Amino acid sequence: MYKSTANHLTYDFKTLANLMAKASPPRSGDYLAGLAAVNNLERVAAQWALAELPLKHFLTEAVVPYENDEVTRLIIDDHDSDAFTAISHLTVGDFRNWLLSDQATTAALTAIAKGLTPEMVAAVSKIMRIQDLILVAKKCRVITKFRNTIGLENRFSTRLQPNHPTDNPAGVAASILDGLLYGCGDAVIGINPASDNLEATSRLLYLLHDVIERYQIPTQACVLAHVTTTLKAIEQGAPVDLVFQSIAGTQKANDSFGINLNLLAEAHQAALALGRGPIGSNCMYFETGQGSALSANAHEGLDQQTCEARAYAVARKFKPLLVNTVVGFIGPEYLYDGKQIMRAGLEDHFCGKLLGLPMGCDICYTNHAEADQDDMDLLLSAFAMAGGSFIMGVPGADDIMLNYQSTSFHDALYIRQVLGLKPAPEFEAWLQHHQIFNEHNQLRQNSEMPALFKPSVQRLKDIS
Amino acid sequence: MNPVKSSPATQDAWQTLKQFTSARIALGRAGMSLPTQACLDFQLAHALARDAVHIPLDFISLSQRLGGLGHPVQTLHSQAENQTMYLQRPDLGRLLNTESIADLKKQAALAVDAVVVIADGLSSKAIANHAEPFLRLLLPALQDNAYQLSPLCLIKHGRVAIGDVIADHYKARLCITLIGERPGLSSPDSMGIYFTYQAKANLSTDANRNCISNIHDKGLRYEQALKKLLFLIHEAEKLKFSGVNLKDETTDIVLDNLESGNFSLT
Repeated sequence: MYKSTANHLTYDFKTLANLMAKASPPRSGDYLAGLAAVNNLERVAAQWALAELPLKHFLTEAVVPYENDEVTRLIIDDHDSDAFTAISHLTVGDFRNWLLSDQATTAALTAIAKGLTPEMVAAVSKIMRIQDLILVAKKCRVITKFRNTIGLENRFSTRLQPNHPTDNPAGVAASILDGLLYGCGDAVIGINPASDNLEATSRLLYLLHDVIERYQIPTQACVLAHVTTTLKAIEQGAPVDLVFQSIAGTQKANDSFGINLNLLAEAHQAALALGRGPIGSNCMYFETGQGSALSANAHEGLDQQTCEARAYAVARKFKPLLVNTVVGFIGPEYLYDGKQIMRAGLEDHFCGKLLGLPMGCDICYTNHAEADQDDMDLLLSAFAMAGGSFIMGVPGADDIMLNYQSTSFHDALYIRQVLGLKPAPEFEAWLQHHQIFNEHNQLRQNSEMPALFKPSVQRLKDIS
Repeated sequence: MNPVKSSPATQDAWQTLKQFTSARIALGRAGMSLPTQACLDFQLAHALARDAVHIPLDFISLSQRLGGLGHPVQTLHSQAENQTMYLQRPDLGRLLNTESIADLKKQAALAVDAVVVIADGLSSKAIANHAEPFLRLLLPALQDNAYQLSPLCLIKHGRVAIGDVIADHYKARLCITLIGERPGLSSPDSMGIYFTYQAKANLSTDANRNCISNIHDKGLRYEQALKKLLFLIHEAEKLKFSGVNLKDETTDIVLDNLESGNFSLT
């Protein structure tokens, strides 16, 4: 079934999961799991065999058994065979050709999204180069709405991430103000709480709610606590815009996160019932990342990129406003250096977009990885060229609570200048109205405080 | 044309907010990009944090300092033989090596309630700076609860889950692991505590653990971390589990932090 010959050597890859793993471009996590190709020749042989595989085959061989894994069941049970028809005759190799062709218009890509499984998408990504991943993703359009509109053409949004090591409200507020004054925060103002504490989570929820209300900011809030904590906060009446959860691509990995599909469905319903989105009802925010299943020893023999794509099946079930691949956060054990992080980020964006998700990317690295700011600049540039929906905005790119480096407010302004990208339209109007941005979406020339925020800082001076 | 005297970089009008956070706010801008000073400040911090990952922990000195706390101390090793292997093979950092297992087996199998595990993790500075002062508070508190403790276990090249192995060996109900967190640019010595009830080697997962992170000079204070930990222990003893369904519901720490700044946007 999965035989291939390369340079007079014959390979037999036995199972689909094995074939997918061997065909994956190299990354440390797959070596760690003992799944990677032993050399480049074996990798290319696997890529040949994968290219010859009919897309239909993915509907007959589950990479994790149907009866053992609810993510597999979700993928199979929710597959839309009508949407699949247009491409059902193709092999993986010809699917790549089709994606790159004129036939794959934005409308055609939108139409097939529900007919694609994560494994099909992961498979084709493994035989695509970075320019292919950029070109095809750029043609996809995924638009979501809550208090503003994310994902429109030539728009590029940012999550304002004002984390603080003790969730100190003044510290959080200072970072929020800094971000807003740099034009950041249209995807969400999202805080990672330092501890999974209900009281702290609630207080942060009220803080964000009050800021958004008081300044009439067309954006949404999120406190990235565990879904069970957010559910408790909702029960207590706290103002929850978006429900957050980290998700993964196997049932076992989701177990290790303390979640399952029923729990996510319950949270989704609870957030919908609050009805807080004035222009749309996309009210979930998911984060993912290659290597998370392996890190929980729950990868079920799958390579980390296939696992990651399967997480997107979980995400799309709940029509999220935002999905964020936190690509370099996991560390060099899974993505060794800038090169591996860069490819993974673009793969994730491509796979997510093709499956119909509003993909953003936390372009990031840790201090034990072989990566630096130059690597992040390259990924940021390529990600924006690919039509990425949003990135993070962390003061000075340094998250003082999670202890890693992400993208900064300045980084977002860099890429907007270079590629002429604008924030979400509602947020853009707000920035211009309050003279944070001028009509060309540039920060104003003078360094004076915009009038909207003068009183809050003035009050501070009065006290001291 | 007049000579330009001031810097071409633009300063932000909200410098005063820097007093409320160590986040890199009000950095100013050159055009819309990072000014030279902020750019090089970052590079310096990155260089220091990169180095921090590779500074080995002085186990002999730490062992001597902890010896003064009135509890026996033993030093064990994970299967990661060196720092490079530790970084590339997280699986080996979760397992004890053969000699350490043999050392443990030699000890009489005394029933204990709790194990306290101290692992270097990714920041030796975190453990060197914060383990001893924190244990000075923790150990008496555990004694007040009449808990029997195993010897304090120092682990070279340990990951969080290695605590499960130790707790399993001693059949301990409570596993408390102090570990050096990944060094950040602004906090290269942040210590984390992981608490697991009925930890089992190879069976416990992250869903079974509670984490108290960011213990350092600009983060959570020792007393605050201790309060949280004792709360979690107390609740876990009632509920008979730890992890995502055991919620940290301490409130006084939140209030405490509320009072530490007078800036508000609302």
